[in-house]
Amino acid sequence: MSNGEHLSKQYDQELEELRARILHMGGMVEAQLQSAITSYERPDVKLAEEVIDADRNVNEQEVELDRVVVNMIVRRQPTAGDLRLIIGVARTVTELERIGDEATKIARAAKWLFDKQRSVRTPRLREIHSSALAAARMLRGALDALARLDAAAAAAIIDEDRGVDQQFQAILRQLITFMMEDPRTISPSLDAVWVAKAIERIGDHAKNIAEHVIFVAQGADVRHATPEEIARAVSQE
Amino acid sequence: MGNSAGAGNLDIQKKAQARTLKAEVDHLSFYYGSFRSLKDISLSIHSNQVTALIGPSGCGKSTFLRCFNRIHDLYPGNRYEGAIRLYPDKLDILAREVDPLDVRMRIGMVFQKPSPFPTTIFENVAYGLRLRGLAPRAAVAEKVEQSLRAAALWDEVKDRLHALASNLSGGQQQRLCIARALAADPELLLFDEPTSALDPIATASIEELISGLKATVSILIVTHNMQQAARCSDYTAFLYMGELVEFGETDQIFIRPVKRETEDYITGRFG
Repeated sequence: MSNGEHLSKQYDQELEELRARILHMGGMVEAQLQSAITSYERPDVKLAEEVIDADRNVNEQEVELDRVVVNMIVRRQPTAGDLRLIIGVARTVTELERIGDEATKIARAAKWLFDKQRSVRTPRLREIHSSALAAARMLRGALDALARLDAAAAAAIIDEDRGVDQQFQAILRQLITFMMEDPRTISPSLDAVWVAKAIERIGDHAKNIAEHVIFVAQGADVRHATPEEIARAVSQE
Repeated sequence: MGNSAGAGNLDIQKKAQARTLKAEVDHLSFYYGSFRSLKDISLSIHSNQVTALIGPSGCGKSTFLRCFNRIHDLYPGNRYEGAIRLYPDKLDILAREVDPLDVRMRIGMVFQKPSPFPTTIFENVAYGLRLRGLAPRAAVAEKVEQSLRAAALWDEVKDRLHALASNLSGGQQQRLCIARALAADPELLLFDEPTSALDPIATASIEELISGLKATVSILIVTHNMQQAARCSDYTAFLYMGELVEFGETDQIFIRPVKRETEDYITGRFG
């Protein structure tokens, strides 16, 4: 009955372009996040400033993609799978922009850290490193799932978020211990808390993207759903 | 939807149970001579709800609609199989012994092109009333006003009730036809592409009217305009080549259709 293409070739092209653009924006944010983490761990002021500058591009992408989405709704009055893709993209744009903001926060912390590290004993936690890697992995996975509209892969990403949340709690406990033992570490420890919190939020946004992927692929809204409900939504054809 | 992933179906079932049936189509097939135009269709029409029929040209949606008031009886060789039971008395309106005129007293029809009788505005609405034996002038006049008001036409025509209906605009003529149908106090109202000959403003007023009418009457509407089905219906049936491909709540059909064919049709991937 159909070969999967619209009667309107133009519409097909627009949808294809929308998909390409959101993945491109995802790639930008992923790179921004990687650089932010590196700038914090070294710390590297120049790299941190690049991350902060790059946020402007991400913001521009957000505005531009939103414009495309509104245009498509007006011109095409999308339905069914097309509607879900367009809505899913609109939601994902917001998540990506916020991940960009969190990456910028990490980069700012990197700059402070660089300024302070000669004078103050700074807590360096391996857990921050590993939770940053986990959040970055979640983001990549969510974007992969979006590219392939793979609901099962998206469900696995949602599952990973719990680990990132737990790591954040563990980091918090450690930093509190540091601060109690030596008040001189309070200021740098608080900086580390902001970084850990930013990472934890990035995990949340990646999880949200994965939820949007399930909406696009299956038409099920799994926000606030239990793991069992998510599993059911993903398994239905 | 939401937690809805799993609970959604239950919700729909509950809602459906809460609503009463207006009609039940039971394994309906229809033949133009030897050509089987409708193939074993079963679906429920809910009371005080708008049910839209969508599908490409020639899919059988108008044929389906016309079964409801037995227009097909006018031509020899046409044949129905199965039943359409009109609730609450479960009268099988396709049964041979049922008089089509009785059916049409309970089920009104509005056609694609406005089709006023070549007479005055007043007489267009009064005609059906007289046919039903309503004679007292005052009673007829009251019912005419009531019907014109229900069709959102009264204010525009109250000062020229005895002018020719053909002088009205297309949108007004269509509302006059709706008033004429409403005068008979139908239980079910059939619309066959009621706005395809109208401009966007007249279309909007008819759609608004349809949404208001469902408080008193159940509605079945055939439309080529999918956005119209999405805007004004509660349930949508997708027909293709004489078969009912998918039937469900309109939101579900337009956001998450189950069948690939439905998805292809409503997203414009057909052909």
